[in-house]
Amino acid sequence: MQAYLDQLMRDGAFAGMPKEVVYTLGMLLAAFIVLSVFVAPLAGVTSWLERRVWARMQSRVGPNRVGPQGILQWLADGIKNLLKEDIIPAAADSKLFSLAPYIVFMGFLCSFVVIPFGGQLIVADLNIGILYLLAVTSLVVVGILMAGWASNNKWSLLGGMRSAAQIVSYEIPAGLSVLMIVFLAGTLTMQGIIQGQGWAPWDWYLFHNPFTFAGFFLYFTAALAEGNRTPFDIPEAESELVAGYVTEYSGMRFLFFFFAEWGNLYVIGAVATTLFLGGWQVPPLGIFENSPLLLALAQFTTFFLKAYLWVFVAMWIRATLPRVRVDQLMSMCWKYMVPLSFICLLGTVAFMFVPADLQRIVSAAMFGLGVAITVIFFLRVSFQIRQAKPELYFKPHI
Amino acid sequence: MEPAEIFSRLEKQFSGKVSDFKGDVPEPYFLAESEAIVEICRFLRDDADLKFEVLSDQTAVDWPKEEKIQLVYHLYSYTCRHQTVFKVNLPRDNPKIGTVEDIWKVANWFEREIFDLFGVIFEGHSDLRRILLPEDWEGFPLRKDYIEQEEYDGISTQRAPLVEKLLR
Amino acid sequence: MNDIVQEQDTGFYTEDMTISVGPQHPSTHGVLRFVVKTDGEVIGEAIPDVGYLHRSIEKIGEKVTWHGYVPYTDRADYLAAMFANQVFCMAAEKLSGTPVTRRGEFCRVIACELNRLASHLISVGTFGQDIGAMTPFVHALRERETINNLMEEICGARLTYNYIRIGGVGYDILPETCARIAAFLDHFEPIVEEFNRLLSENKIFIERLAGVSVISKEDALQYNLVGPNLRGSGLKWDIRRDIPYSVYPELEFEIPVGTGHIGTVGDSFDRYWVRIRELQESCKIIRQCLKMLPAGPAISKVPRKFKPPAGECYVRVEAPRGDMGFYVISDGSEYPYRVRIRTGSYTAMSIIDKLSKGIMLADLIVLIGSLDVDAPEIDR
Repeated sequence: MQAYLDQLMRDGAFAGMPKEVVYTLGMLLAAFIVLSVFVAPLAGVTSWLERRVWARMQSRVGPNRVGPQGILQWLADGIKNLLKEDIIPAAADSKLFSLAPYIVFMGFLCSFVVIPFGGQLIVADLNIGILYLLAVTSLVVVGILMAGWASNNKWSLLGGMRSAAQIVSYEIPAGLSVLMIVFLAGTLTMQGIIQGQGWAPWDWYLFHNPFTFAGFFLYFTAALAEGNRTPFDIPEAESELVAGYVTEYSGMRFLFFFFAEWGNLYVIGAVATTLFLGGWQVPPLGIFENSPLLLALAQFTTFFLKAYLWVFVAMWIRATLPRVRVDQLMSMCWKYMVPLSFICLLGTVAFMFVPADLQRIVSAAMFGLGVAITVIFFLRVSFQIRQAKPELYFKPHI
Repeated sequence: MEPAEIFSRLEKQFSGKVSDFKGDVPEPYFLAESEAIVEICRFLRDDADLKFEVLSDQTAVDWPKEEKIQLVYHLYSYTCRHQTVFKVNLPRDNPKIGTVEDIWKVANWFEREIFDLFGVIFEGHSDLRRILLPEDWEGFPLRKDYIEQEEYDGISTQRAPLVEKLLR
Repeated sequence: MNDIVQEQDTGFYTEDMTISVGPQHPSTHGVLRFVVKTDGEVIGEAIPDVGYLHRSIEKIGEKVTWHGYVPYTDRADYLAAMFANQVFCMAAEKLSGTPVTRRGEFCRVIACELNRLASHLISVGTFGQDIGAMTPFVHALRERETINNLMEEICGARLTYNYIRIGGVGYDILPETCARIAAFLDHFEPIVEEFNRLLSENKIFIERLAGVSVISKEDALQYNLVGPNLRGSGLKWDIRRDIPYSVYPELEFEIPVGTGHIGTVGDSFDRYWVRIRELQESCKIIRQCLKMLPAGPAISKVPRKFKPPAGECYVRVEAPRGDMGFYVISDGSEYPYRVRIRTGSYTAMSIIDKLSKGIMLADLIVLIGSLDVDAPEIDR
């Protein structure tokens, strides 16, 4: 982004304006475009996709009326919620109550300025890239605590407290897994981390050594826990706490929390892709040399598909698994995931001292393992589908 | 054991306190005195041949013509596979009886329900308050002469005034 | 060192919280309320507050005729309506000596076991939903829809059946319906396996349930738990086998008992597992009945103005939530003198106060779900 602006200034586009002003205006415009054109529809479509995916997994249909296949359902929901009455409970702390959804929203939106959609398609390639992302996504804790407290409702308070404990605890395995990759890449910038990997799967950090392989799953689990997704959706455990910290919210404020949750799924996927799956790297084909537009498009598509795969996996997990109890959640984090993260971190660092040939052999072995797991997985899924296929929909009258 | 045998064992143990065994009906029962109810129940539960571990049901019937409220106890034994039914007659204007809560813990809730719906006071009960009806309800509904209160919480309980309110 | 620790202990101010679980709550089965005093997540005591669904069905029994009371018994437990119908009709028949036709008995058993399937599906489905697994719930409901369709074919209603009448059943089961029931059972039995793979063998589910809220045999007897709750604690007692009624002596089926194969005997998983096994046993029973269904009238002749001689009786059946007993007193007139309904959920509620001391809030939800309490049964 910065390079692009520099080139425009050299071409004489912004004559007379100081560099800082050009940069600032450019960043604001880019961020605005990303947020309104990409993030808002993405979170909305993710909500529709989630409902559709769950419904198909539960042998139902899901929303399919509003627009082709129901894809505009989120627009209908958004408009409906905007038109709702704005209710603030009388005894609630109204300033904090109104502020909480915005803080949660801010925490999630701020992370989009460092998401690398393509080689040049990043709003700001900060030199503390990934650290900035971790820091800013922690802002949601403040918002959730505020929501829980300001609602003046014991259920919300319980939900807010649980959520704060959960997010703060799971920062540690997530952060350590990220740190692992930072050591490997040698840089904190998002583009730097991606450029340290290659386009081919065996060059990804995922298969670099067994410790990063384990680290990926640690990161994904910890990120799910941070995003309040099942099996860790205790803060909004619908059947226990009515709706947890969002109990008293209605209308657009309610939607903001869920908007942030669905969008956060994409951030989880994007970070996982950046760190472990090679980001936007595409094979160096000839047609890309001639057309930077085609290159940018290919990179964007690759990144999007890789990130969205993990969004789908998160929805799949939510439809399948029940919820863990709060004390089981905490013990899992502190007794199992944190020591395991430390071991993986030390292992990765130790692995960096191994001679390069051995490193390549281990990477190839890990890649083989990954391929084997994928193949076994598809075999199992096809087996289950074949077993379930006969008479899944029993209609005695038709 | 047959109901007649159970009754004769009880008669031997508590002569005078149990009486009036009716054996020729589909459900044989006998009468027990209300003062001795706790001892009788403890004997029924603990005796080696009777072993009634379970209080299947404890309920009451209102007989206004005979001026009594009759408590009915159904006991069952899983080990010996026999059952017994006995009844206790209480005066209708002041129905009081000892609680069997210490013998079968389930009696706690059964007795609360009988208190709620019939007005029988159980002496020694740990927590005798209304269970199914709200705390400030007046009257004991399952009695035969129960007339519903006119208003509850400001809302009329009779149909006509509510219909008028609707039509207005 | 010790001084510092003590100062921290006494200087920290904590307060207990009193929250109200219900009456509007997505997972208290029906309209129930618990006043829960908690210290953070750990419960000090949970006092049930029932009566929100009290419809005075017992008092109504004194005002309507014997035939006319049968639809009211449906509402005593609307998830197991067929059983309540049956036990009232059995009481009326015992008082008056009315015989039931053999075909009527078999139709009763088929309808009741189908209802048991439906009730247990709701029970395990909503239990999974309470724990957070939303998919098995919808799958269970999908199967229950087919059962509802079958019940509609048999008796015209999907929930409150009014099917079992005094002397037999209201309508005959036609051969087409029998064929559809058999086809449904062929489809349903693998679905139970699939349900188990999805939910019962799930590690997170087992962690939530195993060892939670263990009810010992002595407690179960003291608090008069019945049905799957009693069998989950290890006592093999089933009214269909031990105080047999109707044509159950001629049918072959097993009684599942909680063995503690995962966790301890009498924990929540055992109670849940007994219900899953009962789903499979009910399928067996229905198949046998369909084969043995004799020809003949479905109902015997009963006078319109039904006036049983004066007397009383206490009849029980094995409903999905345990032994449902009706104590009916007749004084010779065309209205019953007293109808007393004794249900399994009422006594199961009384044990919740005792078991809830020291467990976590999430475990309270598991406890309520595993006991399968049901508001209409408690409040009648």
